[in-house]
Amino acid sequence: MRPFQYLRPKTVAEAVTMAGDNPEAQYIAGGTNLIDLMKRGVTSPAKLIDINHLPLRKIEHRNDRVRIGALALNSDVAEHRLIQTRQPLLAQALLAGASGQLRNMATVGGNLLQRTRCSYFYDLALPCNKRKPGSGCGAEEGINRTHAIFFAGNGFGGIEKSSCLAVHPSDMCVALTALETTVVVNGPDGERRVMMKDFHRLTTQQPELDTNLRPGELITAIEVEDNAFARHSHYLKVRDRASYAFALVSVAAALQIDGGKIWDARMALGGVAHKPWRYWAVDLMLRGQAPSEKLFREVAEHEMKSAKATEQNAFKIRLTSNAIVAALKLAAGIS
Amino acid sequence: MVMAIDNEASPDAENENRRFFLKQSIAIAGLSIAPSGLLHSAPDDGPVGNAVKVTISLMINSKRRRLSVDPRMTLLDLLRENLGLTGTKKGCDLGQCGACTVHVDGRRTLSCLSFAVMQHGRKITTVEGLSNGDQLHPLQEAFVKHDGFQCGYCTPGQLMSGVACIREGHAGSAESVREYMSGNLCRCGAYPNIVDAILEVKKAGTKV
Repeated sequence: MRPFQYLRPKTVAEAVTMAGDNPEAQYIAGGTNLIDLMKRGVTSPAKLIDINHLPLRKIEHRNDRVRIGALALNSDVAEHRLIQTRQPLLAQALLAGASGQLRNMATVGGNLLQRTRCSYFYDLALPCNKRKPGSGCGAEEGINRTHAIFFAGNGFGGIEKSSCLAVHPSDMCVALTALETTVVVNGPDGERRVMMKDFHRLTTQQPELDTNLRPGELITAIEVEDNAFARHSHYLKVRDRASYAFALVSVAAALQIDGGKIWDARMALGGVAHKPWRYWAVDLMLRGQAPSEKLFREVAEHEMKSAKATEQNAFKIRLTSNAIVAALKLAAGIS
Repeated sequence: MVMAIDNEASPDAENENRRFFLKQSIAIAGLSIAPSGLLHSAPDDGPVGNAVKVTISLMINSKRRRLSVDPRMTLLDLLRENLGLTGTKKGCDLGQCGACTVHVDGRRTLSCLSFAVMQHGRKITTVEGLSNGDQLHPLQEAFVKHDGFQCGYCTPGQLMSGVACIREGHAGSAESVREYMSGNLCRCGAYPNIVDAILEVKKAGTKV
């Protein structure tokens, strides 16, 4: 591992100043992904800014929203009463991810920035457009069983060829996408707010960029607006073993049901695209209808029309469709 | 100025003058906009050093340690290589197997996925700190009783996770124990016995 300078700021302003526009500076919080990447040589910061001592751990409800500090630990967020009562979908997604040890280390801000688990990205001997732009995509003709089935351009007049088939790995981000979370960031130009749908990127040209964060920007908090989904939401994760594995496919489903009818619906999918995949049509298709398996099947198959499989992951199209139906049934309580 | 200080750094950070110099260099390099009082603050206010050696202070198994470490050194390597606490095991070294699990400020973490410098000022408990002298921890006793071993390599991590699992309140059922022990990957046949041991200690209500 390349030597680095270790810095420990006490304020957000100090941290942002330390990072400046130095591309060789990186913030570190839990380190559960960054240290892994440094050990493998995928990333080699010259300056490591340890932000763990910044006052960004608070979880609170104010102004009709839950605000979670970027340094709140995944385990603390998942177990917090506010989250379990107001946003249980988020708690479920967090508990579906990683392990007890990792959730004790990983932070909300870091979770938003975790990088793909595509094996070509981690193996320096193999081509990867995300790690080394222009080197090619090993997964395209290689092992792509776990890779993407939705790409930029899907559903908007055709399927653009993607330079990267990797999927975004986070469970938390799938729930946050369904819940239309706001990400609060601070940088050289001060504070700004980014909607979750605009935070991560799809890829055609620049797969090395996972997010739309600007150089030096630091995530300080996330905010989830109050909603009426707590009684009818479900995070369904499908993986190769019962626990502690990344999702093959995951579904965050949130419904508002009153008087036997669905009045509002949100859905996001994980493990299927370069970013958490928001299923935009689900609200229009479900609104005003009575929940039923037949309806949910129609909704699922509608979305899967724009999916595109690679050689080894055709099974994911049927799997995702079934997972959408199962998650909606569990959310609606009709299983 | 910052670069000049960095370039002058060398591994011979052991003598007192050198330490003083390094302490100042981090204050200048790292805390350039901090109040000047920090330059003369007590040694435990923060890790002190540069890209070559940093001085930190840790409480390990109830013993205070002041250590000089390379910032790249993980907590796992510090425990095993510098302090001879080889109970904590290096399995995958990439955060996937749980063999290196220790408690940091009472919470289970993976010592291979954290740099030692990040732990400055914290309390670390390793498997060596679990027993009280010759008296084994109740979960260690239960592991012996239920034969929660096979090759034993994963055992220290399993013990640290098992104690945490009980303390966290997740040892209420075999299903919950399995879920909350899933970060300790072991391919041997000890799982049912480990689950039995954890459930027994939880049921006995012994303070862990």
